[in-house]
Amino acid sequence: MNVPLHLWLVPLLPFAGFLLNGILGARLPRWLVTLIGVIAPLVSFVVVLNAARSFFGMGPALASLPYIETCPFPWISIGTLHIDFSFVLDQLSLVMLLVVTGVGFLIHIYSVGYMHDDRGYARYFSYLNLFLFFMTLLVLAGNVLLMFVGWEGVGLASYLLIGFWYQKDSAANAGKKAFIVNRIGDFGFLIGIFLLIGNFGTLTFSEISARLAADPAWQGGALTAIALLLLAGATGKSAQLPLYVWLPDAMEGPTPVSALIHAATMVTAGVYMIARMHLLFDHSPFALSVVAIVGAATAIFAATIGLVQNDIKRVLAYSTISQLGYMFLGCGVAAYSAAVFHLVTHAFFKALLFLAAGSVIHAVGGEQDMRKMGGLRKHLPVTFWTMTMAVLAIAGFPPLAGFFSKDAILYSAFLHGSGGVLLWFVGLVTALLTSLYMFRLWYMTFMGESRSPEIHPHESPWSMLGPLVVLAVLSICGGWIGIERFSAFLTPSTGVRVAESATPHLELYLTVAAVAIALLGWLIAYRFYGQKTDRPTQLANAVPGAYNLLAHKYYVDEIYGFAIVKPLLAFSRYALGWIVDVGILGGIAWLLSAIAIFSGAVLQRWQSGNLRSYAAWLALGAAAILLFIAAPGMLGAAGVNIHLNWMGR
Amino acid sequence: MSSFAQEIPLSWYLLLSAVLFSLGVVGFLVKRNVITVFMSIELMLNAVNLSFVTFAHQWHAVKGQIFVFFVMMVAAAEAAVGLAIIIAVFRARATLAVDRIDLMKL
Repeated sequence: MNVPLHLWLVPLLPFAGFLLNGILGARLPRWLVTLIGVIAPLVSFVVVLNAARSFFGMGPALASLPYIETCPFPWISIGTLHIDFSFVLDQLSLVMLLVVTGVGFLIHIYSVGYMHDDRGYARYFSYLNLFLFFMTLLVLAGNVLLMFVGWEGVGLASYLLIGFWYQKDSAANAGKKAFIVNRIGDFGFLIGIFLLIGNFGTLTFSEISARLAADPAWQGGALTAIALLLLAGATGKSAQLPLYVWLPDAMEGPTPVSALIHAATMVTAGVYMIARMHLLFDHSPFALSVVAIVGAATAIFAATIGLVQNDIKRVLAYSTISQLGYMFLGCGVAAYSAAVFHLVTHAFFKALLFLAAGSVIHAVGGEQDMRKMGGLRKHLPVTFWTMTMAVLAIAGFPPLAGFFSKDAILYSAFLHGSGGVLLWFVGLVTALLTSLYMFRLWYMTFMGESRSPEIHPHESPWSMLGPLVVLAVLSICGGWIGIERFSAFLTPSTGVRVAESATPHLELYLTVAAVAIALLGWLIAYRFYGQKTDRPTQLANAVPGAYNLLAHKYYVDEIYGFAIVKPLLAFSRYALGWIVDVGILGGIAWLLSAIAIFSGAVLQRWQSGNLRSYAAWLALGAAAILLFIAAPGMLGAAGVNIHLNWMGR
Repeated sequence: MSSFAQEIPLSWYLLLSAVLFSLGVVGFLVKRNVITVFMSIELMLNAVNLSFVTFAHQWHAVKGQIFVFFVMMVAAAEAAVGLAIIIAVFRARATLAVDRIDLMKL
C-alpha cells in the first residue's frame, strides 16, 4: 500500500483560490488577494515536490507505480461502463505537474508586478487559479473523460483570460475565436472518446494500455480512426495546422497569460495527450505519420510567418506554434520522451521569452511594435540578459536547454524510416528560421539605438525580474539532464525510445549540423538587423509577392473567413435566422399569443362585475351539470328547455 | 314506520324541497337587496336539509341527519360572516343594492 501523497490538494487549492478571489476578491484588500492568488499554486507546487521526493526515493517510498488516488464515490456508472474520479501519478504526469505548478507559480509571482495597476486584479488572479485547477486536473486525470473535463476547463480559462480586457473589441473577439476554433478540435476529441468506449468499453488509461499491450497484432482500423480524432483535438488545443489560427490572436490577453497558457502549459496539452495515449498511436502507423507530417508542416509554416511579424508578442506566438510543431514531429516519429523533453525545456525558455517581452512592453509603456523599440539593453539590463539566455536556448546553442531537446527530436526524426530524413530536413530548416526570427527580435528590441526617443524605459520591479532570473537559470540548466537519462526515467510511461544510433558519430554530425545552422541564422539576422542597413526593406521590395504572402500570414485568416465563416454566417442569418427563427419559431409563438388574446377578448365579457350575473352563470352551470349527470335522456324534453330558458334570463 | 310517514308519500317531501330550493334560486337571482339575497341562500340550504332528512328517514340511514347538523353549523358560521360583511359593505358604500356593489368589474 502506498503512502498517501494527497494529490487531490494539487487541483483543489487553486480551485479554492479561484472561489475566494472570484467571489470575495472585489471586497478584499489587494495584499490579501495577492496572498490567496500566490499561496494556492505555491502549496500545490510543494505537494508536487513532496510527491517527486517520494518518486526519487528520497521521501517515504512508493510501493507500486503508478501511484493512484481514487475518489471513494463512483463518478459515472452506466451498464458495463464504469468511470472513476481518479488521479494517476506516473513519470509522465509528474514531469508535467512539476512544469505546470512550478512555472505556474513563477508566473503568478510575475503577475503581481505586471498586473499591479489593473482594475480587474482579483478577477485576474481568480481566473489564473481556475486555469491551474483545470490544468492540474487534466494532467492528473486517470481516464480520458476526466482529462477531457480538464481539457475543456483550460479552454474556458483561456477564453476568459484572452478576453480579460473585454472592453477592447479585439480582445473579446480573440477570446471568442480561441473558444470556437477549439470547439472544432474538441468535437473530434469527443467522438474519439465515444469510439474508445465502443471499442474498449473503458476509458481508464491503464486498462486501455493493457488491452493494447495484450494484443500487438491489433493495428489500424478503429484505432486509426480514434487516433486521428484525438489528433484533431490535439491540433485544436496545441495550435497545429489547420486549427492554429486562434493562438496568434490569443496574444490580446495579458502577457503573463500568454506565457503561462499560450506558451508553457495549456498548448502543450495536445502533446501530453498524445504521449499519454502513445500505445494507441503506436498501433496505428498511419496516424503516427499524420502526426509527424502535421508537426513538421506546422513547424516550418509558422516559422516563416514569424520572420516578418513586427509585434513582439506575435513573433513569439508563431514561434510557439512552430515549437509545438517540433513536439508533434517528435511524437510522430514515436520519440515521445524527446517530445516531452522539448515540452519541458520549451516551457522554460518560452515562458521566459514571454515574460521578458512583457517586461519590455511594461518598460516602454505598452508598446508592442518592435519597430518602435531598439537600444533597450542599456535601460533593461536584467531583462536583456535573461532574454538573451532564452533566445540562445530556443535557437539551440549548446549548452542551453533548447539545444538538447531540439537535438533529440531531430536525431529521432533522422533515424525514423524512409521519410525520416525529409522530416529531419524540415526540422533543420525550421531551426534556421527559428534562430533567424529570434535574433531579429533580439536585435530590433535591444540592440542599436532607440527608435522612439520620447519613450523613457524603466526596469521592471523585482516581483517581475525574480521569475525571469529563475527561468533563465532553468533555460540554461534545464537540458543538462540529457535525453538519455530523461527518456530512461520516462520509459515506464512513454515506452522505450526506439531511435538507436545506426552508424557511429552520426549523432555528432547531426548535432554539428544543427548548431551550424543556428549560427547561420544568427549571422543572417546580424547582417540584416544587427548592422544599420536597409537590407530588410530591399529584400522585401525585391520579392514583394513572397513578402506580402508572409506578412498576411499566407492569407489563412482570409481564406477561412471566406470559405467557412462567411457561408456559416450567411446560413445562420438567412436559413436559421429568418426561416427557422422568425418563420417557424416566431410563427408558433405568435400563434400562441394570438389564441390567448382572442380567447381573452371573448371571455372577459363574463366578468361584468355584476354579482347577480355571476350567480346566474353559477346556477346555469349547476343546472347543466345536473342535466348531464342525472337526466341524459331528458335533454330533449320540453320541460328542460323551458327551465333552461328561464334560468338564462 | 310511523303512521305519519305512511300518510304522506316521499315525493311530497322532495317536491316541497325542490319548490323551496327553486324559490331560493329565484330570490337569489331577482332580488336586489343583499339581505334578501342572503336569506335566499339560507332558504336553499334548508331545502337541501329537508331532502337530507327525508332520505335519511326513508333509508334508515343516520348519516343524512348528521349531515344536516353539519350544514346547520356551517350555515350559522356563514350567517355570522356574511352579516358582518354586509354591515361592513353598508358602512363603506351606504347601500344594500347588489347591482351597485360592482367594484370588481373589469
